[in-house]
Amino acid sequence: MRMFVVLSRLAWRYLWRNHRRTIVMLSAIAVGAWAMIFMTALTRGMVDQMIVDGISVIPGHVQIHDPDYLDDPSINNRVAYSDAELAARFEDLDRVAWAARVRVPAVVTSERESRGVTLLGIDPEAERSFSFIDYDAVDGRFLEGPDDNGIVLGAKLADTLETRVGKRVVVMSQDPENEIADRGFRVVGLFHAEMEATEESLAFVGKRTAQKMLRIGDSVTEVAFVGDDYRDVEPLYSKVVERVDDAVQVSRWTEVDTYLGTMMGMMDGFMLIWVIVIFLALSFGLVNTLVMAVFERIREIGLMLALGMKPAMILGQIIIESMMLLSVGLLIGDVLAWATIKPLEGGIDISIVAKGMEMFGASSVLYPNLDVDDVILANVVVLVLGFFASLSPAWRASRYEPVEAITKV
Amino acid sequence: MTAVRCIDLCKTYRQGDQDIKALDHLSVDIEKGEFVCLMSPSGGGKTTLLNAIGGLDIPDSGEVWIAGERIDQMSKGQLADLRLANIGFVFQAYNLIPVLTAQENVEFVMQIQGVPAAERHDKSFAILQEVGLKGLETRRPAEMSGGQQQRVAVARAIVSRPELVLADEPTANLDSKTSAELMELFTELNEHHNTTFVIATHDRRVQAYAKRLVRMLDGRIVDDIEQHAA
Repeated sequence: MRMFVVLSRLAWRYLWRNHRRTIVMLSAIAVGAWAMIFMTALTRGMVDQMIVDGISVIPGHVQIHDPDYLDDPSINNRVAYSDAELAARFEDLDRVAWAARVRVPAVVTSERESRGVTLLGIDPEAERSFSFIDYDAVDGRFLEGPDDNGIVLGAKLADTLETRVGKRVVVMSQDPENEIADRGFRVVGLFHAEMEATEESLAFVGKRTAQKMLRIGDSVTEVAFVGDDYRDVEPLYSKVVERVDDAVQVSRWTEVDTYLGTMMGMMDGFMLIWVIVIFLALSFGLVNTLVMAVFERIREIGLMLALGMKPAMILGQIIIESMMLLSVGLLIGDVLAWATIKPLEGGIDISIVAKGMEMFGASSVLYPNLDVDDVILANVVVLVLGFFASLSPAWRASRYEPVEAITKV
Repeated sequence: MTAVRCIDLCKTYRQGDQDIKALDHLSVDIEKGEFVCLMSPSGGGKTTLLNAIGGLDIPDSGEVWIAGERIDQMSKGQLADLRLANIGFVFQAYNLIPVLTAQENVEFVMQIQGVPAAERHDKSFAILQEVGLKGLETRRPAEMSGGQQQRVAVARAIVSRPELVLADEPTANLDSKTSAELMELFTELNEHHNTTFVIATHDRRVQAYAKRLVRMLDGRIVDDIEQHAA
């Protein structure tokens, strides 16, 4: 500890001996750290938003289905439990919202056009807390109960079908006997979503109305559960698993939508690669700075060795100098990143490229997400790699022969 | 007691196509408390001998003993420990650490030795006063004259009372008044603390202070005489 203090003081003084060079290097490190964290926050925000939007459409952090449903989402693969049984199994789940639903592929036909959609039979009150649709912001009205005879379409779908609130459409699907199951609905509302693809592909009807149309009694195709945090679904998953048997399959959202699941896993890998790429650019400057710092004080290193400093102390001094340079640069970069991200947390409007963003599931408003773990990752990676990058000049400095070094001009 | 013993030292440097014999089968004993001047024309081998005694340079052959320990076979770490504990160096070109103040430069060796801060502070303050630098404790080397810097270097070399002080041309960059003051200081330390001094110089004013003169030529001792110091 005593030696660390001695070496740290020397390192700090040497750092500011050539203050111009140190300031240039500090600026480079600070900008690099800022870029790492800022870009990470933007990307994290975008991916988080994609996941949150995606989960709200799925919906749910955990779902239960018939074991064959995910491979073959047909009406024949329904959840084995009745409404009453579901209520008995899950009514005591604490801080968990859940809803049973019917989800089938269907065709919606207006007077002019027809489109393939996913028909969702829902109990609107059960889903109000986690639905991506703001019931009060629907053009017209949203469904009023599971027996509602109306249909709510996405605004974009209504455009495509050239229909509107008050008009009638016909919905066609298959019943469990593979017979056509169809029915006329009055359009009672048009919902809006972050992405046009969602508006174009979903149609909502009352759950019991859908059950009647599809002739499936009171059975459903999925039950969705929403817990506290989509990043940590294991507690919820375990609770659901405890309450069911082999007749159904319990899936996490990452299994229901593998694209979204992969996205989250990829995000962490991307962060690491991004941080390393930035560091590699920085490392050239860092190593150059250290080499120059060592080169311009070969005599003094020789003197220190002559006075009784061990080579390991010289090694330590150069490494401490490098760590100080990186730490101060990172600190400035962290503060800069925080100062630039915080004002943007309300969202950045990127509607100018909304179409392109939508292609991979992102919305037109980007919400940067400054995650402490990402900041720690960037700092730790830079410090660890910086340590290794500074080993070479430090090692070289420690190997000088005092008698040769001390006579260097 | 023998402070320094060199036995049959040889050291050859290669300069271009030529081999230069800096030490040529040189042997010398220096007793504790001696005040020795090594004299030679430039290239005579006195700095090489001083470096060999200080463990800064390893001879090609022969033995170097300091305070009864053979040092020419020691590792770099052992040599560093030996220098730290037993030897004070004064170099021709002052060789101070430019980022430290005068007092911090003096404290530097004691810091590595692990001397407590308060003791370090007191000793460095006192020694700077002793070498006539009272009031300049917080100055950095760039803010001091050559003579002042050399006195800081001397203070650093003697502050922890080493048994042996090796000085290479310590007065080369000093005016005659400062040189005389420095030599008076060395003499006082030698007499009062029994510190052994080995000084490489071709400054005749310095030679006058020595009790023993060792003349070298082409890496060999050609004359070794006792004298009454000035």
